[in-house]
Amino acid sequence: MGEFKVHRVRFFNYVPSGIRCVAYNNQSNRLAVSRTDGTVEIYNLSANYFQEKFFPGHESRATEALCWAEGQRLFSAGLNGEILEYDLQALNIKYALDAFGGPIWSMTASPSGSQLLVGCEDGSVKLFEVTPDKIQFARNFDRQKSRILSLSWHPAGTHIAAGSIDYVIVFDVKSGSITRKMVLDRQHLGVTKSRCIVWGVAFLSDGTVISVDSVGKVQLWDSATGTLVKSHVIANADVQSIAVADQEDSFVVGTAEGTVFHFQLVPVTSSSSEKQWVRTKPFQHHTHDVRTVAHSPTALISGGTDTHLVIRPLMEKVEVKNYDAALRKITFPHRRLISCSKRRQLLLFQFAHHLELWRLGSTGATGKNGDTLPLSKNADHLLHLKTKGPENISCSCVSPCGSWIAYSTASRFFLYRVKYERDNISLQRVSKMPAFLRSALHILFSEDSTKLFVASNQGSLHIIHLLEGNFKHLHTFQPQSGTVEAMCLLAVSSDGNWLAASGTSAGVHVYDLNHLKLHCTVPAYNFPVTALAIAPNTNNLVIAHSDQQVFEFSIPDKQYTEWSRAVQKQGFHQLWLQRDTPITHISFHPKRPMHILLHDTYMFCIIDKSLPLPNDKTVLYNPLPPKNESDVFLRRTAHAFKISKIYKYSGTGDEESEVILSIMASSKPARTIEYPVLKHVGAGRMTQNQTVLWQTHSSRKEKLQVELRV
Amino acid sequence: MAALEEEFTLSTGVLGAGPEGFLGVEQTDKADQFLVTDSGRTVVLYKVSDQKPLGSWSVKQGQTVTCPAVCNFQTGEYIVVHDHKVLRIWSNEDVNLDRVFKATLSAEVHRIHSVQRTEPLVLFRRGAVRGLEALLAEPQQNIEAVIPDEEVIRWSEFFMVFKQPVLIFITEKHGNYFAYVQLCKSHGLSKYTLLLGKEEKFIKQNFTARVDGKFISLVSLSSDGCAYETLIPLYSNDAENNQRLGRALMLKAVVSGGARNGTTITILDQDHVAVLGPPLPASKECLSIWNIKFQTLQTSKELPQGTSGQLWYHGEALFMLHGKCLTVIPYKCEVSSLAGALGKLKHTQESDSHSMPHFVNWVTCSGYEPESYSTEQSKTLRKKNIEINLQPEVPGAKQLLSIIKKGSEKHIEVELRKFLAKSTPDFHTVIGDIVAGLLERCKTEPSFYPRNCLVQLIQTRVLSYSLCPGLMEIALEHTDVQMLQLCLQQFPDIPESTTCACLKLFLSIGDDCLRDININMESVFDYSDTIQDEQKEMEEQTEIVQNGFSPEDSSCSKDSQQLNKKPEDEAKETVSFPVTSCPVAPKRAALLNAVLHSAYSETFLLPHLKDIPAKHITLFLQYLYFLYLKCSGNATMTLPGVSPPTLSQIMDWICLLLDANFTVILMIPEAKRLLLNLYKFVKSQISVYSELNKIEVSFRELQKLSQDKSSRGLYSIEVLELF
Repeated sequence: MGEFKVHRVRFFNYVPSGIRCVAYNNQSNRLAVSRTDGTVEIYNLSANYFQEKFFPGHESRATEALCWAEGQRLFSAGLNGEILEYDLQALNIKYALDAFGGPIWSMTASPSGSQLLVGCEDGSVKLFEVTPDKIQFARNFDRQKSRILSLSWHPAGTHIAAGSIDYVIVFDVKSGSITRKMVLDRQHLGVTKSRCIVWGVAFLSDGTVISVDSVGKVQLWDSATGTLVKSHVIANADVQSIAVADQEDSFVVGTAEGTVFHFQLVPVTSSSSEKQWVRTKPFQHHTHDVRTVAHSPTALISGGTDTHLVIRPLMEKVEVKNYDAALRKITFPHRRLISCSKRRQLLLFQFAHHLELWRLGSTGATGKNGDTLPLSKNADHLLHLKTKGPENISCSCVSPCGSWIAYSTASRFFLYRVKYERDNISLQRVSKMPAFLRSALHILFSEDSTKLFVASNQGSLHIIHLLEGNFKHLHTFQPQSGTVEAMCLLAVSSDGNWLAASGTSAGVHVYDLNHLKLHCTVPAYNFPVTALAIAPNTNNLVIAHSDQQVFEFSIPDKQYTEWSRAVQKQGFHQLWLQRDTPITHISFHPKRPMHILLHDTYMFCIIDKSLPLPNDKTVLYNPLPPKNESDVFLRRTAHAFKISKIYKYSGTGDEESEVILSIMASSKPARTIEYPVLKHVGAGRMTQNQTVLWQTHSSRKEKLQVELRV
Repeated sequence: MAALEEEFTLSTGVLGAGPEGFLGVEQTDKADQFLVTDSGRTVVLYKVSDQKPLGSWSVKQGQTVTCPAVCNFQTGEYIVVHDHKVLRIWSNEDVNLDRVFKATLSAEVHRIHSVQRTEPLVLFRRGAVRGLEALLAEPQQNIEAVIPDEEVIRWSEFFMVFKQPVLIFITEKHGNYFAYVQLCKSHGLSKYTLLLGKEEKFIKQNFTARVDGKFISLVSLSSDGCAYETLIPLYSNDAENNQRLGRALMLKAVVSGGARNGTTITILDQDHVAVLGPPLPASKECLSIWNIKFQTLQTSKELPQGTSGQLWYHGEALFMLHGKCLTVIPYKCEVSSLAGALGKLKHTQESDSHSMPHFVNWVTCSGYEPESYSTEQSKTLRKKNIEINLQPEVPGAKQLLSIIKKGSEKHIEVELRKFLAKSTPDFHTVIGDIVAGLLERCKTEPSFYPRNCLVQLIQTRVLSYSLCPGLMEIALEHTDVQMLQLCLQQFPDIPESTTCACLKLFLSIGDDCLRDININMESVFDYSDTIQDEQKEMEEQTEIVQNGFSPEDSSCSKDSQQLNKKPEDEAKETVSFPVTSCPVAPKRAALLNAVLHSAYSETFLLPHLKDIPAKHITLFLQYLYFLYLKCSGNATMTLPGVSPPTLSQIMDWICLLLDANFTVILMIPEAKRLLLNLYKFVKSQISVYSELNKIEVSFRELQKLSQDKSSRGLYSIEVLELF
């Protein structure tokens, strides 16, 4: 079927940042996740948990709180004292507003969504009104002596509970004054701690306040009387987070020991109507502190220092067996962090604050399946490019010829000219970038490296002609009138005639680059696009969606191809649809036009369009190579999907060992070096193509030691 | 090793076998059926396993079959040519040859060749070759002459080489021989002139050939009785046609040089040839199988009624006309390796005392010209008169030989000692001659048995069984167990039948006879000493399980305790329960150990083991079992002593004996206990090994894990194949 030389790269030491906050939006079924480096990611839980949007981080913007308000507006607050609102259409930060209370530790939106409440370092609780395009400071509540670490509204909106150090207070929203103050016991198992930090509070509609604290207790208080109703000691370490279900029949807490506990309101006896909170299920999916939890109607969501986002479905709430019924563990971003220069065999790795350029090694040897070949040349680290300023890199790209490197942060665009003189590399920044090139969501070079395509976050696409050490702005495709939706994915055809661009929700637009006009729009589909590519020769656009569907659209004919229709008619194999990571890259075999190469985090797949599609009865994964089976058997079982799962290292390893993860999903992979390195193997006429797969190796251990503890 | 099995004859009533024999015996598409074509008019289809004809077809009176009938493997039909030009094709159902398909060709056919997986080829008298199908499409097509007029095809053969049919034929013209190689697909024809020895008069050349890589190895049995090999390249790279090809001596004097007719040679496989013909001028005809690699005669069979000098082989059977009968002799050839030729490898002995090689001293030989070397080589291996082979190099040897012929035993001994004192360059050949001389005389004079001389000669460590085949037989006749032990220890190539005869003798010889004989006891440790200690020790340490076996296991231990309690009552049974005592006397044990050490091949040993009386088998088994217990009694699984039998030797022999005699042993009451013990032993071993296997799996997993970790580099290039 195909023989590949796989460059197994483990020197991409990408370490994702720890998760600080998660916020679940019931209306849109989306989840916002903020990380310790300030990155905010939006996952669409309806679209197979696809990470559809992200906002690059910023060094000074450590997010401490994240909440949805006014329907689907997203706010965050952090230790720099600012409240930020994110523009989910244009994918940039709408504005930042200083709350003037010092670092902000907590923020919550009112049940109606029209008000925001922040708790600050100086002990103040500030109320903001959410106006249609901004937020407005309304008033301060009675100031406390120490920082306000947690806040919760009463569902009726009349009272709030605030957690501070050693006590929980209840404010009356109308007057802003304290109605109750509940002091916590600092003792734990006979040992008195110096203080008891209330990491989280939750206000239930019956007036119960639940507090979780650094002593390891979950306590229920009666806010009317200020008395302790019940106390659960659940951990020897801090209980750091709490989230309550909308129905108020269950809540979830996360501890610093990595355990998540589920509490449920269950009847005392089977017949009685009296109910009490019972700790029902512990889950240990994390290795480190669970900094934040969320409670969706069907699942418990948790995240923490170990960088995993874990979505644990509540089986009793799940009715049908579908995506939602499986435990999800999301570690790596669903976007590409690697780009590749085909001609020079270069890889560009994107980290938060620097880029690394590596040259792949080579080998003259050949071997059979599974062999590790001796290297004639090892991989070289050519370049380490640090960004200027505090902003994280949002995207980067190296040109196919290897002599251009472009990257962008949230506010600046950088273009470099790379010169190779034997063993030396010189780097020259192209200065005077035009003003419109401020930030980019996606950067792409044309196949011949003469054109640069930039998808900016205003929804426009810029085309820049690259000359030796200089550039010329050719054209800008403005977004369709009335929309400001940003384009996140680009694909250019190898002949340079077509450019496909996809946003987060609308269909894929195809532009004619010769006439600089919109050629057509692929009909919109319910699920976001995860990968795009245009096949050489045929100019068929292959689109992968987050629900694992793959379409093939003929650009010249402006319609779906016969094969695509046939696939849709028969449907994909059940196991194919049940995969839980999105396809993040599509590529083609230069010598075999019938082949489509795809991969997600755990598998690499060739779709051979000339072979019959598998139905649900056939075996989708054929892990064993045929040995003595007759041709007849092979012919009978051969189907279009050829899958290799060898290069899979899921992050399930224990925390002490090195966790090796495949981040193929987030990389920009196989297309890279599969230009035909035609090699004749012995007497056979086998073409050996090369495919690059990436793996990271996260040395998370050390990182975790330097954890912020208050 | 190779062996000829029991022959059987096919009734030839329907065949008109003339003195010149048959035209041919050819294979058909069914494994067991063969087409026999006589020199007259008849073709018979035989089913060999049933020894009867399945069908018979004759051409009309007045017509003659001129080339052997063959089977077209692609269609299953039979093809024959009569009257040189008329082709007949028929199948099993046809009764009358006159009514079947007939094609008259425009030229005379020499032979039709047919092999599996390809269409038959027709070779015409004048050297042209046609595929059958092409020929049948146009039977009257013009057939060109390939070879000159005066050349006559003497022999032809057809091979498939890498799916390409290759035809080779040999022509003769005025005593010169030419080889033609026809590549049928590429229509390439190469001609070679075969260079023959000067001294030869070409009475009858006999050819056989085999494809060996890119060459055809053509073996010819020359009129001087030697087999020569000529390598003919399959693909002639030279533009120059008609190259001259020399030949190399392969086997010397396999048949008598003066044989008038009835000599033939056939290659059986890459290491073996079968030769039909009289080995000596006066002797009867013999069928013999020779190993080319080691230049040894593997087996031979006398054919007293004479043959037609024709030999065919198909599958695993040799066909020949013996007297008036078509005889089939199945044969067996094992893959020939040195170990195979010598039987199972002997237990590696201490190398210091064995500086002398067993066969030929290659170092001293390397100085000689190849001619004389191969002469010696073949001579040493042949049972021929020493006069013919006598080498003039050593004058002392000549004298000694003449002394051997006439002198007294004493005189010979003295002379021999003198001779052995000085070393001569071709020591081994001379020693061979001397032994042959001595044995010759032993045969003729029954009273003559120069024991001391023979022992001396054996101790030179130059002799091997094939150098002096009669020696052990004579020793057996004289029940000279000491000599036999020596032979067993020294000879690497004792045939299994002889080994078995020795074993029989060792087991049956009376203890009183053994008492007086001086036997090398180094392989036997002093059993009597340890027996007592052992017994005590075992009683003390019943709990200790060594190597997974506890001798005092379950019911076993009960038995032994019972035995220990009342040994008088069950004195007989103590013999059959050999844990505590050696069942044989130390001297006999030493002899048996020599047998255990000797090399053998299971296939050939098994039939002979069946001839040993059950009583002796039981005794031997008891002894082996005793040794086995001793072996498993210590951690290294070895026996004490200088060169004790190894565990694997003991195990192999136990298995062999049980295999050969199980039904017999089963019926003997004395052996019951022994079998029971063996069974328990095996059971305990199985359980131990199954436990070990379990552990092995875990260890392997651990190893895999550790390998995985170590091989994890930051960067590697791997091969991925998707199916």
